[in-house]
Amino acid sequence: MSKRIRIEPSKCIGCKTCELACSFKHHGMFAPSLSRIYNEVFLEEASFVTVTCQQCDDPWCARACPSGAIVKHPDTGVVEVIEEKCVGCRTCVSACPFGMIKYVEYKQKADKCNLCGGDYPECVAFCPTGCLTFEEEDAPLRTKILNYVNVVKEGRLEV
Amino acid sequence: MFGGWIGNVLRINLSKMTYAFEPLNYEWAKLYLGGRGLGSKYFMEEVDPTVDPFSEDNKLILAPGPLTGTYGAANGRYMMITKSPLTGTIACSNSGGYFPAELKYAGIDLVIIEGKAAHPVYVTIYNNQVAIKDASKIWGKTSDEAEDYLHSTFHRDAKIASIGPAGEKQVLFAAIMNDKHRAAGRSGVGAVMGSKNLKAIAVRGTLGVKVADRVKFREAATDAFRAIKESPVTSAGLPAYGTAVLVNVINQNGLLPTRNFQADVFEDAEKISGETLASTLLVRNKACMSCMIGCARVTKLVDPRYKAQTGEGPEYETIFALGSDCGVSDLSAITKANYLCNEYGMDPISAGATVACAMEMFEKGIIPQADIGMPLKFGDADAMVKMIELTGKREGFGDKLALGSYRLASLYGHPEFSMTVKKQEFPAYDGRVAQGMALEYATSNRGACHVRGYMISPEIMGVPEKLDPYTTENKAFWTKTFQDVTAVVDSVGMCLFTTFAININHITNLFTAATGLNYTQNDMMKAGERIYNIERLFNLKAGIDPSQDTLPKRLLEEPVKEGPAKGMVAKLSELLPEYYKERGWGSDGVPTQEKLKELNIA
Repeated sequence: MSKRIRIEPSKCIGCKTCELACSFKHHGMFAPSLSRIYNEVFLEEASFVTVTCQQCDDPWCARACPSGAIVKHPDTGVVEVIEEKCVGCRTCVSACPFGMIKYVEYKQKADKCNLCGGDYPECVAFCPTGCLTFEEEDAPLRTKILNYVNVVKEGRLEV
Repeated sequence: MFGGWIGNVLRINLSKMTYAFEPLNYEWAKLYLGGRGLGSKYFMEEVDPTVDPFSEDNKLILAPGPLTGTYGAANGRYMMITKSPLTGTIACSNSGGYFPAELKYAGIDLVIIEGKAAHPVYVTIYNNQVAIKDASKIWGKTSDEAEDYLHSTFHRDAKIASIGPAGEKQVLFAAIMNDKHRAAGRSGVGAVMGSKNLKAIAVRGTLGVKVADRVKFREAATDAFRAIKESPVTSAGLPAYGTAVLVNVINQNGLLPTRNFQADVFEDAEKISGETLASTLLVRNKACMSCMIGCARVTKLVDPRYKAQTGEGPEYETIFALGSDCGVSDLSAITKANYLCNEYGMDPISAGATVACAMEMFEKGIIPQADIGMPLKFGDADAMVKMIELTGKREGFGDKLALGSYRLASLYGHPEFSMTVKKQEFPAYDGRVAQGMALEYATSNRGACHVRGYMISPEIMGVPEKLDPYTTENKAFWTKTFQDVTAVVDSVGMCLFTTFAININHITNLFTAATGLNYTQNDMMKAGERIYNIERLFNLKAGIDPSQDTLPKRLLEEPVKEGPAKGMVAKLSELLPEYYKERGWGSDGVPTQEKLKELNIA
């Protein structure tokens, strides 16, 4: 079972540290516009939403790529851009329905989250509230099942 | 190589409707760090201290620091520097949110605004593309409405600083709001922006902030991050209750100013405490850019008297000014008045404290009811809200309230009822009960202020160590140290609240890794002292002589009536000579030539 970045929106405080940590690690500078994770702040609704690539099983970006530059690693499940092969055509940018792959001008390459390529994801390491976690795919599901099991255990479902 | 700083200054002349980029003066940056320090240096070099704050010769400088826009320790702040119309001193007002970092991402270290536009304008900045545009469609609107307009007409992702109607009408304590609910609140910086006919500045930046040593910077950031996550103040107290966590603490220690400083224990403190706020109006916590504390309170006001609304606040100082200082224990009314302050764009501390001053003078029969148009008694929540609204609009009695409590009380011949230093209203701690705080109030370069040397931290909270608040012993040393450290924090672009957890060592490590300058802690402290001294020099040249390093008669002569600190007065006459000596100034309170030489000023 592989690990993914999990997001719990209710814990987000809108500090954008994830964007800073990501751009600093992957682009060498603090530049939210280059981050591979997005922390959106809705001031009026007082809500904060963080999104990033979910490493699709059948990634449309990879399917669309004409030069075979996007691959899904069979063991980790990470969808990654092979920069040497990328020709900067931006087809993947159009193909991704979530907008989670972008063209980066200074590199002239497509750029997306690769879960920090085997390191512990930098955004998760610097998230101050635990909104972001790096967990086995079924971990959140197990938590929910256990909550339900506890309800049943206490007999609160009896009529 | 240099990092942290970008190397660009944007100069905008509103009289000529022109702009230009110029290189940052690195020699000054090395001496004055950035933010408050560097902005003040530029201001001093370019502006005559005797200038009329509302004349076109006054300037407004927006100054993020070298760390603004990076991570590690709530590095998302900037300073707004100008000459204050309220105090006549140099004013620098701090704010967070997302706007300050966006300036850096647009590739700008300082924005210098000069002159005065012939008609209302706003400025848009998209990296190096700058435009000055007609603002007639948003002039008169609240800062919320101005932001919405600019988001839809300029750029959805722009970050915006703007003034509300209070700034346009030059309420002397008008604020500059950014990201809707954040404020460069004090000293009337918004009134100066209004006098320049400048409604808003919208910025979109897609560049980045680089640092000199990436590996070292990440290490330093990790250290600071961990320290902040481990301190009970920054990891538990502030996130759980915001700054309002202080209401009960300060009240129990007997220094929560109540009814215009006539009392120091508020009988209804529990009703307006952070704990009560958390269990009633609080929706969630919110952070500024790169902050792991998240002290901001997103609140929802549901009360039949008011329009249902989501907003931010109230903070502790606001709860004091609109609450205990006015004798008001109605948290919904306080929150409503806070929202009004945000929308009209004014400092809730000065606004509330001025209403409190008017309440005392009304009760003592000095201000007739006919002048106010209604009774104005302590504890009347509805009257307080009404007065705040009138102040924001400058209508009726609000036109007088808009002058601040010193000018209001003087108008009626009783300046002694104004709880101010250098005409700026006190924040939420009675200086009679914390002697270090009293000294800080008297000597702060922008008049009464809690964020130029927060002596409450050692005197009440025991951080970094507990001092006896009632004694004067060593207070000169501590106050000077706190003032100098704060000048450093304000200049590098960090949030002051991080200093409950981190120290000058963390700050030095972050600064040196970012800028590549090999500074020691001592070099940083010297820079802080240098900054404090040039502000002082500006004020002296502006005609604010050392006789104004004083406190209202009430704090010096009327002992605290009740509570744990009963009988206390501010022992300023003991503190001040020692402080001047500690600063290396003459006994007349003027920095000596030797001191200025030592600090590379003269």
